Amino acid sequence: MNKSVKIAIAGEGGQGVQSIADIIAEAGNEEGLEALYIPNFGIEQRGGVSVAYVQIAEKLIGSPKFEKGDVVVALSKRAVDRIIPYVGSNTIFVYDNSLIYIPEVSDEVVGLQSYETVAPEAQTNGFSLKEGEHNHYLIPHYADKVIGVPATDIAKKELHPRVFNIVILGAVIEAAGILSQESVKNAMENNLGSKFEKNPQLRQLNIDALQKGIQKIKEALVRS
Amino acid sequence: MSTTVMPNSWNINTKPHKFCPGCGHGHVLRALGEAIDDIDIQDRTVFGCDIGCSLLAWDFFNIDSIQTHHGRTTPVMVGIVRANPSLIGIAYMGDGGGYAIGAQHLVNSANRNDKILVVLVNNTNYGMTGGQMAPTTLPGQVTETTPYGRDALETGAPTQGPELVAAITGENAYVARGTVSNLRQLKKYFKKALENVQEGNGFSFVEVLATCPTNWRTNAKDTWKFLEENMASYFKVGEYKVPPTKREG
Amino acid sequence: MEKPIQEEKRVFMTGNEVVAWGALAAQADIMYGYPITPQNEIMHYWTRLAPKYGKSFLQTEDELSAGFATIGGVLAGKRSFSATAGPGNTLFQEPISMAEMMRIPMVVAIQQRGGPSTATVIYSQQEVNMTTYGGNGEGLRIVYSTATHQELFDYTIKAFNNAWKYRFPAFILGDGYQAKMREPLIMYNPEEKGIEMVKPDVSLGKEGVPGKDRDPVYLRNAYSMEEELFEVLMPMIEEYNKVSPEIEEHFSLGCEDADLIIVSHGIVSRAAMAAEEELRKEGIKVGLFRPITLRPFPEGAIREICKSTPNILIVESANGQLARLVKEALFGLPINMQAIFKPGVGITSEEIIKFIKSKKTEEIIAK
Repeated sequence: MNKSVKIAIAGEGGQGVQSIADIIAEAGNEEGLEALYIPNFGIEQRGGVSVAYVQIAEKLIGSPKFEKGDVVVALSKRAVDRIIPYVGSNTIFVYDNSLIYIPEVSDEVVGLQSYETVAPEAQTNGFSLKEGEHNHYLIPHYADKVIGVPATDIAKKELHPRVFNIVILGAVIEAAGILSQESVKNAMENNLGSKFEKNPQLRQLNIDALQKGIQKIKEALVRS
Repeated sequence: MSTTVMPNSWNINTKPHKFCPGCGHGHVLRALGEAIDDIDIQDRTVFGCDIGCSLLAWDFFNIDSIQTHHGRTTPVMVGIVRANPSLIGIAYMGDGGGYAIGAQHLVNSANRNDKILVVLVNNTNYGMTGGQMAPTTLPGQVTETTPYGRDALETGAPTQGPELVAAITGENAYVARGTVSNLRQLKKYFKKALENVQEGNGFSFVEVLATCPTNWRTNAKDTWKFLEENMASYFKVGEYKVPPTKREG
Repeated sequence: MEKPIQEEKRVFMTGNEVVAWGALAAQADIMYGYPITPQNEIMHYWTRLAPKYGKSFLQTEDELSAGFATIGGVLAGKRSFSATAGPGNTLFQEPISMAEMMRIPMVVAIQQRGGPSTATVIYSQQEVNMTTYGGNGEGLRIVYSTATHQELFDYTIKAFNNAWKYRFPAFILGDGYQAKMREPLIMYNPEEKGIEMVKPDVSLGKEGVPGKDRDPVYLRNAYSMEEELFEVLMPMIEEYNKVSPEIEEHFSLGCEDADLIIVSHGIVSRAAMAAEEELRKEGIKVGLFRPITLRPFPEGAIREICKSTPNILIVESANGQLARLVKEALFGLPINMQAIFKPGVGITSEEIIKFIKSKKTEEIIAK
C-alpha cells in the first residue's frame, strides 16, 4: 500500500497558514518522500482568506490541486466557507473552535440554535445541507471526523499567542499520520531556526505547542 | 570635408547606396562614418538599423551590423553592450521608430543612461511605408494620412525629441540636434556623442534633420527650402546637453 | 567567485527558484527581465544569485525590450535568457519572431497564466498556441513542456544547449502551479553528469577590423523580394524538419495494450498519470501519451501508438490548444477523440476518472 496524504489548510492572512503548510511539506521532503506544497496565490494573497495545499506521498504526486482532502483545516469562519468543497466523506476536518462556533450536533434544527449569529437567509439555506452544498456557519457533517482544536485559546492561555499556528501544525501532523515528529521538528528548525537563535525560549514554546496540537487530535481520535 | 572620398568605415562594395536620390540618410551616414574613422573605433563598433528607410543601411558600413524594427534597435544595442561592455553600440532609426512605436525604449534607455548612441533621422514622415504622418510632421504638412495638412489640435504637435531626451537624462548624457545642411557640425556632434559612449560616460542621442524629396514631392530647391526654413524654424539645431567632460572652454 | 552547484544535491524549492538555478547550472550569463506574475521569482532569485557568480541582470522597460535585449545578449556571444507569462508572452512574440528569422538562440521560460488578456495570475495551459506558433512566422522553435521540478531543471539546461546547438529559440513552458509550488528535485552540475555544454559564439563584435582583417557581419532581417525570402526560409524550414526527430521527446505509459489513450502535457499529465494508475487497478485499460516537446511535436510517436489504439482522450487546461497539435499530428488516421477542456483551470485525476467512467464503453472505445 502506498502511503499518501492530501491536506488543505485555510485561514485568514497572517494566521500562518502558509508557514504551517511549508513546514509540513518540508518535513515530508526530509523523510525522503515526495512532497508538494502550493499556496493559493490569487488575489487573496493580499488580505482575505489564505489557502495552502500540501500532498505527501511515496511516489510522484499527481495534480497539485485535488478534490477532497484527507485532512482539511479551517481557522476562521470565512475559511470554513472557502474550504468546505475539499471536505469529503473520508476527510478529517479540523477547525479552531476557539474562533469558530460550529454546532456539535448535526440535527439541522437543533444545530442551528447554537449558531453565534444566524441571519434568516442562512437559516433557510441551511436546513438540508448535503455533500457539495455549503453554508457560512454549517459544519460539514458528512466528514469522516470533525475535530475542534481550541488552538487560539491554548496558545493564549498556556503558551504564547504567537505559537497558535504551531498548535494547528501539531494537529495536522497527527491527523495526517504520515510524518514523524522528528522530521517535523527538523523542518521547524529549518524554517524558524533564525528566530530560535535570537530567542531560545521560543524553541521550547514551539515544541510544546506542537505537542499540544498532537495531543488534542490523539484524544479526539480515541474518543471517537 | 571631401565629398568624393568615402570614409574608411564605409563598405565600398555596397555603394552606391540604396537610398532615393536626394535622401538625407546618405549624408547622415557619411558624417557618422567620418566620425567613426576619426576616433578609430571601427573594430569595436556594432551598428543596428531599424525598420523603415534606415534598414537600407544594413550593409552600409564595414562594421558588424544587424537590422531590426519598431525602434527595438535600442534594446538590441542595450542587450549587446550589457553583455559585452567593450563594444560601442549605435542604434540608427527614423522618427517613427524612435518617437512613436519604440518611444518607450528611447525614453527608458535615456533614463537608464545606457552607454549607447542613438541616431534618429527626422524627415517629418514615414518614408518607407509611403509617406504617412510621423510624430515629427509639421503643422499643416500634407502627408498620406493628413491629406488636408496636419491639424495639431487633432493629432498633436511635432515631437521635440532632443528636448525630451535632454530633460530625462542625467548630466553625463550627450544630446544634440544636427542637420544634413551642416555636415561639419553634424560630424562634430557625432564625434562628441561617440566619445561619450566610448569613455563609458553616458547615453548619447543625436537627432538629425534630413530630407525626403520622394515623399515631400519637392524638387531640389524646395527640398532644401523645406529643410532649412520650415523644419529648422520648428526644430532648433544645436547641443541640448553636453557632459561636463565635453564642454568647451 | 563562487562556483554554482558542484555536487548533486536534493533540494526542496519553488519552480521559479528551480529555473533560476537551472539557468545558473546551464552557465547562463545574463538575464533581461520584466515583472509579470507568476514568473517574478525567477528574476528575484536570479538577481540574488547573479552577483555571487559573476552574472548580470537588466530590468527592462517592457517585454519587447526584454526580448530584444536578450537577442542583443545572444549576438554578443553570451548565454542570455528571459522569463515571462500571459500578456508578457504576447509582447514577446515580436522578438521571438525575429529570433526565429535570424536563428538567434534566445531562451525564455514561460509560466503560463490564465488568458486571454490579463485574466488570472494563477495558472493555465493557454499559451501553447502562442509559444509554439506565435508571431508572424512558421513556428521554428523548440518548446519543452515540463511537468515536474526535476524537469524544470533538466530542460532549462537542455533549452540552452539545444538553442545554441540548433540555433532556434528555445522555451521552457511551465505554468503558475509549477512556478509557485514546492517539491523536491536533484540539482547537479551538468558537466559532472557528462552533459556537454554547447559553447556560445559571438555574432557581432568579433575580433579584427571588419573590411580589413575580415568581412563585416551583416545580420539581415528584411528582404526586398518574395523569392529572396523564400530562398532564405526554405533551407531553414528543411533544416528544422530534418533535426526535429533528434529534438522530439515524449513520455508514454501503458499504451501497449490500452483501449484508450489519455493525451495531455505539462502538469496535467501528472493527473493523467495518477488516473491511469487508478483505472488500471480497476481493470480499465488506459494508456498515457505526453508530448514533452510541443514544437517539434512528436508526431511519429503518437501516430505509431494511435495506429493500434485509435481512441484518445485529450485533457488540457485550455480550450483545445493541445488538441489542435494532436489532430494535426494524427491527420489521416481514423481517430475517436474525446476531450476534457478546462481553460485556465487545474485538472485533477478524480475528474479524469469520473469522465472516463461516465461514458459508455462504445462512446470512448470505437472498435
